[in-house]
Amino acid sequence: MNWNSAAEFFAMGGYGYYVWASYGATLVLMLLEPVLARKRHAQALREAAADPGDER
Amino acid sequence: MTDLFVAVLLRDLKLASRRRIDTLLPLVFFGVALSLFPLGVGPERETLRLIAPGVVWVCALLASMLSVNQLFAGDLADGSLEQMLLAPQPAVALAAAKCAVHWILTGLPLLVATPLVAVLFDLSLPAFAALAFGLLLGTPILSLLGALGAALTLGLRSGGMLLILIVLPLATPALIFGTGAVGTVEAGLSASGHFSLLGALLIVTALGAPWATAAALRISTE
Amino acid sequence: MNTSAANAGATSPLRLFTFSAPSRFYSLTGALLPWLWAITIVLTVVGLYIGFFVAPTDATQGESYRIIFIHVPAAWMAMLLYLVMAFWAGVGWAFNARLASMLARAIAPTGAMFAFLALWTGAFWGRPTWGTYWVWDARLTTTLILLFLYLGYIALVNAIDDVRRGDQAGALLALVGSVNVPIIYFSVKWWNTLHQGATISMTKAPTMAQTMLAAMLIMTFAFWAYAFAVVFTRTRAIVLERESHTAWVDELTGRSAGTIRPGDRP
Repeated sequence: MNWNSAAEFFAMGGYGYYVWASYGATLVLMLLEPVLARKRHAQALREAAADPGDER
Repeated sequence: MTDLFVAVLLRDLKLASRRRIDTLLPLVFFGVALSLFPLGVGPERETLRLIAPGVVWVCALLASMLSVNQLFAGDLADGSLEQMLLAPQPAVALAAAKCAVHWILTGLPLLVATPLVAVLFDLSLPAFAALAFGLLLGTPILSLLGALGAALTLGLRSGGMLLILIVLPLATPALIFGTGAVGTVEAGLSASGHFSLLGALLIVTALGAPWATAAALRISTE
Repeated sequence: MNTSAANAGATSPLRLFTFSAPSRFYSLTGALLPWLWAITIVLTVVGLYIGFFVAPTDATQGESYRIIFIHVPAAWMAMLLYLVMAFWAGVGWAFNARLASMLARAIAPTGAMFAFLALWTGAFWGRPTWGTYWVWDARLTTTLILLFLYLGYIALVNAIDDVRRGDQAGALLALVGSVNVPIIYFSVKWWNTLHQGATISMTKAPTMAQTMLAAMLIMTFAFWAYAFAVVFTRTRAIVLERESHTAWVDELTGRSAGTIRPGDRP
């Protein structure tokens, strides 16, 4: 274990701002992207179901 | 193959001679854009000498991209592009001819304008020579890459901006070597390394780009 | 090739192109996705645990170096995904394989995301280490240009209405870009050494402890699994968008039977 307390962990030896800005952005983007992809898929599914298209 | 090349070359040059003002626009743009930098940065001679190579190359790049946008547009509009692609001669000849036309009409005038740049930015003679030689090798590269971009974005609404976005990253090596050459010469060293790299880049681009442009033309007109 | 595979896929043994049919791809990835996400999460937890709780503090950079566990994997993924994207786009163009082209289009946004992330984390790593948010070192600058290459590809394929023309134009652009990336990297390295004699460079990573390296590699695999999951999800969406008039999609959505199930989960 590197950290003696949670407070120490979040402080990151004084570099907390930089470390958490990086990891924060990563988390946000890597959560947002799958959500957007799933939304696109759900919409495509809805449109394929609703669309009265012609069968090949 | 050379027949098509020469025919397209001569025809386009003749067409350009009838629209002289349109043909000179890239040159005017180059001059105007260039002059903006001292106005924006300040007339301090040392600063201008420092930024000159980068500024000139970027303005040359932008002027090239703005004029290359319409390279195939006229032929697309009147149907002659499709005819030329249907012809038995390989489309590479057409692509190469268009690149040559663009360089003669845009690259060459830019080269001729470089003495003016030397005056505006107070470049020493060796620096000016390095800049001019770099542009001599580099402007054909810009024409070659620009033609590829024009072929890919043929007929698209957002054509101009899209073309710049596509081609600019590909043009960065030429930009780096061209501007680096001037810097090296100003530091008193030889720029032969830069010119060798630029020359190699030109050869590689000249071998590959027309072929890719021809493929792009087929993709865009099918 | 596609239709024969679609017909034959049900009963014959696996062949190289069995899954090149969009329908097969759709059902296969549907089954794989939960596993891919599970792997992603496990690898991420393990990698970050080692990175934060096992790997020691760096002598010169203190705790700020821990950004490396996402910065380097993101940069590698951005690079790798571009080549993979160009590969599939090329396959789609050469063999007229629709699915390959769809896959290529699906990869682009993820690759661009990783490139952006590499730049962002690079900036936040650079600030405490070198004093500025941005350092024009060779690797970061190349990553920036890589981001522009991704954006150019995305812009081009989205500007073209005709799907087939878009696929092929994108393939050509991606392939030309791939050829250029080594040239760009070399020229940027050259430019960098010209202008900065000093060793201000993120390529000069500190000699890493084993644990640091392990964490970095595990995170790379985690990002890899993530990329598979997201790209497959997006490809499934594209497949449905493009193939919505085929029989298998009708079956899938129950349209031919006249039932639309609004509660259908992706």
